[in-house]
Amino acid sequence: MEHIRLPKVENVKLLDRISHRRRRVGTLYLTATHTIFVESEAGVRNETWVLHSLVCSVDKLAATPSGCPLLIHCKNFQVLHFIISKEQECHDIHLSLQRLSHYDELYCFSYKPNVDEKERRQEWDFLDLKADYSRMGLPSSLWKLSPVNQHYKVSDTYPADLFVPESATPPVIVGSSKFRSRGRFPALSCAQGESHTAAICRSSQPLSGFSARCLEDEQMLEAILRSNPCSDFMYVVDTRPKLNAIANRAAGKGYENEDNYSNIKFQFVGIENIHVMRNSQQKMLEVCELRSPSMSDFLEGLESSGWLKHIKAVLDAGIFIAKAVAEEGVSVLIHCSDGWDRTSQVCSVACVLLDPYYRTLRGFMVLIEKDWVSFGHKFSHRCKHVVGDPKEVSPIIDQLLECVWQLMEQFPCAFEFNERFLITIHNHFYSCQFGNFIGNNQRERIELRVHERTHSLWSYLWANRTDYTNPLYRPNHSQTQGLLRASTSPYSFKFWKGLYNRFDHGMHPRQSVEDYLRAIQEETQQLEEQLSSHTQVGQGYADLPQA
Amino acid sequence: MEFAEHIKTANVEDVVLRQPLQPPSRGTLCITGHHLLFSDREESDSRQVLLLLRNIDAIEKSVENLTGYSGFFSNASHSERMSGSSGTITMKCKDLRVLQLDIPGMEQCLNIAHSIETLSCLDCVSAMYPFFYRPVDLSLPEQWGLSSPEMHYSQMKELYEKWRLSTVNRDYSVCPSYPPAVIVPKSIDDDTLKKAAKFRQGGRFPVLCYYHKKNGMVIMRSSQPLLGANRKRCKEDELLLQAVIEGSDKGYIIDTRSMQQAQQARMTGGGFESKSFYDRWKRFHRQMERGKALQESLIKLVEACGDESNNMDRWLSKLENSKWLSHVQNALSTAGLLVECVERDGHSVLVHGSEGTDCSLLISTLAQLIMDPCCRTMEGFLGLLEREWIQARHPFQQRCAHSAYSHARLQQESPVFLLLLDCVWQLWRQFPLALGFSEALLLRLATEVYASDYGTFLCNSDQERCALEVKERTHCLFRALLRPTERDYYSNPLYERTELAIWPSVHPQSLQLWKGYFLRWTQQVRHLEEAQEEIRNMVIEWGKLARS
Repeated sequence: MEHIRLPKVENVKLLDRISHRRRRVGTLYLTATHTIFVESEAGVRNETWVLHSLVCSVDKLAATPSGCPLLIHCKNFQVLHFIISKEQECHDIHLSLQRLSHYDELYCFSYKPNVDEKERRQEWDFLDLKADYSRMGLPSSLWKLSPVNQHYKVSDTYPADLFVPESATPPVIVGSSKFRSRGRFPALSCAQGESHTAAICRSSQPLSGFSARCLEDEQMLEAILRSNPCSDFMYVVDTRPKLNAIANRAAGKGYENEDNYSNIKFQFVGIENIHVMRNSQQKMLEVCELRSPSMSDFLEGLESSGWLKHIKAVLDAGIFIAKAVAEEGVSVLIHCSDGWDRTSQVCSVACVLLDPYYRTLRGFMVLIEKDWVSFGHKFSHRCKHVVGDPKEVSPIIDQLLECVWQLMEQFPCAFEFNERFLITIHNHFYSCQFGNFIGNNQRERIELRVHERTHSLWSYLWANRTDYTNPLYRPNHSQTQGLLRASTSPYSFKFWKGLYNRFDHGMHPRQSVEDYLRAIQEETQQLEEQLSSHTQVGQGYADLPQA
Repeated sequence: MEFAEHIKTANVEDVVLRQPLQPPSRGTLCITGHHLLFSDREESDSRQVLLLLRNIDAIEKSVENLTGYSGFFSNASHSERMSGSSGTITMKCKDLRVLQLDIPGMEQCLNIAHSIETLSCLDCVSAMYPFFYRPVDLSLPEQWGLSSPEMHYSQMKELYEKWRLSTVNRDYSVCPSYPPAVIVPKSIDDDTLKKAAKFRQGGRFPVLCYYHKKNGMVIMRSSQPLLGANRKRCKEDELLLQAVIEGSDKGYIIDTRSMQQAQQARMTGGGFESKSFYDRWKRFHRQMERGKALQESLIKLVEACGDESNNMDRWLSKLENSKWLSHVQNALSTAGLLVECVERDGHSVLVHGSEGTDCSLLISTLAQLIMDPCCRTMEGFLGLLEREWIQARHPFQQRCAHSAYSHARLQQESPVFLLLLDCVWQLWRQFPLALGFSEALLLRLATEVYASDYGTFLCNSDQERCALEVKERTHCLFRALLRPTERDYYSNPLYERTELAIWPSVHPQSLQLWKGYFLRWTQQVRHLEEAQEEIRNMVIEWGKLARS
């Protein structure tokens, strides 16, 4: 590779981020895809592999008597602090890494695991969103699949297949889309099946300005309302702070005027925008990087980053919607500005709270595929897969994972998957190893021929699902049933060291309850099998404990 | 002691009880000398709440007169005043529970409130409930407590060569707060001990509290030396410490005060071991909060947990401001230093602060848990608590008179023992398989230390316990906890003994608020308890199959 000016440096020190007294000495290798550090201490062959596409920044610090420090920050929150003895070598590595991490081609297009083409194609069949809609009982007498966005003609950031109210005609949909940012008209995100007719819909903001109206848009909302015969009104939830929404009116955008739409209740929920979230996470990560902070330093830093406040805002919004649907039986339309950041967050959180299915391994994958991948969350921009406007980068998807993690901490038996599952997904949002999150929307992925050229994360995760299963999950446990009644009292939120201090092993519990339980679970299963094979059929089963 | 004089109204009908996590219930309230008893009216599913009055930390009462008269000072006749009046008593307990009673009749309400106020903080120890607690299934024990210094010494054969059991304190005259027998270097005779005791605050001369079998190093415990402003010295004290490190090049002293505090202590007759007289001892100063500051920290934290403003910034700022987690961090890291000296560096250590009855016990207990697998079983842990906190004397009566809600003026209250339990909980979080007991045991101890049926945490010292015949007339909590049913309940189903030291991480990210205690009465903690039950069931299920 022409980018690699120096493939190998010996006698490099890797400092421990927590205690700089601990350091490892070894050899640093650069390959086309990875930076590899191999510890050279006798006996141990400890290797650290870092994917170039996960590298966020490479900084060369001022040389010290012991050598020249090179600091690598990764998008999965790994921080590597190398000390290279010769300045020139450090310079070469620095330049090489800068080029290698600003790749011309995304890693997924060159990632070739040992899988034949037939299997590779099957990987992409693993998740089928249509199957999820039919799980919800769709299409139904109330909701229909609309062909209006085939070839992405109405909204180029929306998926081709969308569910809309039965009574919404194509002219109404198209009319409504012209009155919405980026043509993102109100469409179904999640319906609760036969017994509950309340549904969650999503869109972008209306182009209402100070006084504009759109008859079709009003009819569209009316149609959503009519698709819930159990209720005579619906909520429209604007996830932005009111001030931001008002400011948007000056630009000809804004929010629904309750007077113009019949029977809507309008509500702001006050989640901040992508720029606030980016800065907040940055501040929080700085706190994580403090070397031996006092408890006060840490708590003050955490507070001033505002991060947990934002997580709470997202969860609060999700709870509002879940309760509206489950307890009041009222449908909800959610939007923010473009309807691909906060809207996705809030839809997903509400779904996780509402429907136990989304708390299973497969269900959670479906959820991300539906609310994020399909509805056009701009992964490419938000996760900085390619070099672009730094103001487009924002940890919106991180916040979804964290909301789910906070819920898992509150309800240890309610989720089929574990923390490792979330962390692995997080890693691959950024790694570009799989094709799932490439591009900004469905149309771009089709142009990139992602399904023909790359592998799918979902089938990889499914194949390794034993690693990602929560041993405490029991489908019939009371915690697992129905609506999750989560608390959003401030004390319910914790700092997620598992993600943000993921690579600081010294901070984590030294023994794992989960591993222990998984081991005894396996053994229990084996024993049960042995026992039942010994027991005579037809007699022994009644005595067996319920699994 | 006549309790009756404090009880003007013993029974009230038609009282509504509101308690956390349960719907309000209506029933009969009854006040006795030691208890508040509430029984539900429902015949079918009768529920009772029995609350030790001692558990009540503070009460708030409000009365209103529904007939429109302005209560007390109206001219209306007695009967007129009472009709339609009612009152509410809010009881804030030392286990952090908040209960509310709606009582019909203003006078009854005031009577009940008065009884609770008086009976919940009686000073007379011998009138306390442990002296009256006589469960049918339990006779008063032949042996009170799990062990004694004598038994402990006799079991530790490793000690025989260089250490002896001294009964110099058999009549508590040398040190009123020490037990009658203590372990000291063999080469030091009782006369030397007596003289050394005069040089230590409260007579707490250096005694052995832990022997590390792996390398023969020890942890000693004492109070501060009484140097005073003119730098007195005491040959006997120096000899005693010299004997501790016989055969080794040096020892360490961990002083739980800052250098400045230790120097200031000289002005009031105390001080620290100076380099010139104790030249083979190296001192570390680690300032640990104690006394009033620690009590205030607890009060602030409990207040923060009860804040209902639902504001994240406010919560984090209050949590930080309470400093409780800083104290947890500090205690664990000082204990870590102690372990580092003994286990890694291979030297003996003397621990003290000023009195040697609070922080010294805290860190020596934690260090033993970290180093010694024998202290991590349930018996081992309770035995450790008995040695360090009961026999070597933490003044429980003074420290735990009140908890976080009390409006009474603070005197000697300080939640040092609660801080210990919190630190042990943090250890359990980080090493969930290494301790033989569960969070439930820590919670039980945290409750019992403030209000108990048992005599274990009564009094301030062994001497006081003997004077009041605590060991003859009360039941011992530690023994009760080791009965088979209780032991099952409090054991850790995941326990796997490890011989290694369990070094805790003290990074702020690694330490957490102990929700099980501080948010014990919220729904959220129920979910976590359910998870613990689930774990226990899984292990039981597996155990059954593995045996079959």
